Amino acid sequence: MLELSILYPSILNGLTTGAVYALIALGLTLIYGVLHIINFAHGAALMVALYGVYFLHQRAGIDPYLALPIMVPAMFAFGYALQRFVIGRASHGKDENILLVTLGISIILENLALYAFKSDTRNIDTPYTLSTVDIGGALISVPKVAAFGGALATAAILLLVIGRTDLGRAIRACAKERQGARLVGIDVEHVFAMSFGIGLACLGAAACFLLPAYYVNPTVGSGFVLIAFTIVVLGGMGSFAGALAGGLLIGVVESVGGLWLGESLGQIGIFVIFIAVLLFRPQGLFGARA
Amino acid sequence: MKELAGIFVFCALVALAPLLTSSGSMLNLIIMTLYAALLGQAWNILGGFGGQFSFGHAVFFGSGAYAMAVLQVKFGWNAWAALPVALALGSAVGAFIGALSFRYGLKGSYFALVTLAFAEVFRILSNTFDFTGAGVGLMVPLKESAADLQFTGKAGYLYLILAFVLAGLLLTWWLKRSRYGAWLQAVRDNEDSAAALGVNVFRVKLAAIMMSGALMAAGGAFYVQLFHYIDPHLAYGPAVSVEALLGPIIGGMGTLWGPLLGAAVLHGLGEFTRGVMGDVPGVNLMAYGVVLILMVTFLPQGIIGLFRRKARDDKKGDSGA
Repeated sequence: MLELSILYPSILNGLTTGAVYALIALGLTLIYGVLHIINFAHGAALMVALYGVYFLHQRAGIDPYLALPIMVPAMFAFGYALQRFVIGRASHGKDENILLVTLGISIILENLALYAFKSDTRNIDTPYTLSTVDIGGALISVPKVAAFGGALATAAILLLVIGRTDLGRAIRACAKERQGARLVGIDVEHVFAMSFGIGLACLGAAACFLLPAYYVNPTVGSGFVLIAFTIVVLGGMGSFAGALAGGLLIGVVESVGGLWLGESLGQIGIFVIFIAVLLFRPQGLFGARA
Repeated sequence: MKELAGIFVFCALVALAPLLTSSGSMLNLIIMTLYAALLGQAWNILGGFGGQFSFGHAVFFGSGAYAMAVLQVKFGWNAWAALPVALALGSAVGAFIGALSFRYGLKGSYFALVTLAFAEVFRILSNTFDFTGAGVGLMVPLKESAADLQFTGKAGYLYLILAFVLAGLLLTWWLKRSRYGAWLQAVRDNEDSAAALGVNVFRVKLAAIMMSGALMAAGGAFYVQLFHYIDPHLAYGPAVSVEALLGPIIGGMGTLWGPLLGAAVLHGLGEFTRGVMGDVPGVNLMAYGVVLILMVTFLPQGIIGLFRRKARDDKKGDSGA
């Protein structure tokens, strides 16, 4: 059977990846919770953010972690504009339309990247890319530890914004009862766009934490998007705590599953969980039945 | 009856094409347009008539393609014998996914997600096992004779795909006028009301996904015969799933001619962008994405809907005069 000395680092590695997954899934679950749409363009938007971080590093020499104050507002603005001017206009209030529009956006973004940057896989080199830190006998790479801490910190800020601010209250009001929110004078369209913007801002942060240990190419997002869907469904659509727990869980499952079944088949575990949860518990492990 | 006549006139005209032109690229354009139309017809049965939006129709396409390739390469079957097995496998995969997801009442976004996930699972599986040639894919040996369902010229392939499209047209025509088709459209428009009126919603949807799966598998089988090659990404990748849903959405969902019209528009657009921008990767699909968003925003009924609205307005004008 598996030795603990192999299993322990594998679990730690899974947790660090899982934290970034959780951050991506938080954006997705926020958008779902408020707008009741599944954002199929989420992976493509992450890809855009990764290219942003990449070029900031290559062209302007900005360290990925220092790119946070640029990428987060930039992705927020991108998301706000996307919802306000494209998705909101096209939806006609029908969920199927929104599905198709976000699918269309993801096709456009991915192929725009393919056109502009070719299909080359790119990564960046930082002084700390290859350095590791010893955690209880396991060697974990520094960017991964930073990603873990950064993702959890971002998630905490997000939860504070949603829980404690007026904007957060407005967002929750629109999620629960959009007609009622409109009646008490909330600008629902604005709140929708804010939510979409915040959802993509999470991706901006995730991209900054990911890139030092990861790569970017035009289709990099599609790998993440199914994982993010899985986490959101697992945690219960629209549940923040669920997305956090689900993200960490999926990270560990992927890492340990890969150890057991090999890199390529290890991913199967995620999809089996995904399909099983969709079928048997679509309200998620933590959600209440709608 | 007028529609039935239209179907046969259309097919007869297309069948004349190889007699009128020997231009390989012209025939190729017709073949690829009909092929895209076939994928659209398959999606249209479940998505257009049944209202169940699948984002993973590649799962049926790939299963048909792999059945065709594996039976020929690994078991030495004749292609004609493999074809019905490919269709049956597409249908069986449809029954499996349909039974699972419709049993648990998955709808809308959830159904789209689960089909997407199934396509991805199949892609990973076919990428892993030697039985399907793993990541390398399977090469079908070249045997250019009608007895092996391969053809020396383009004309043979044109007749083959035309036969499939004809089958798709007849199936759609039947859906429009049969009792079963009425049930399926009732389920699409309001599932609860349909159930209250005694329609067995589960069985109606299951039958639709099985028909859709079989037709999609025919597309996969045709692909293998035409290109003699299949690999996990071609078979189960997202490109096929997107191609299948674009045609009907652009042409008009739940209509007889919508998938054909949509496929023609898309291929025309593809030729146009290639002419303007050159053969650059990504440009084609980018244009498809723009068209998809524009269609959903401004013409949610598809191009056919435009004609319909005009016809209705004209009629109104007449009665008012």
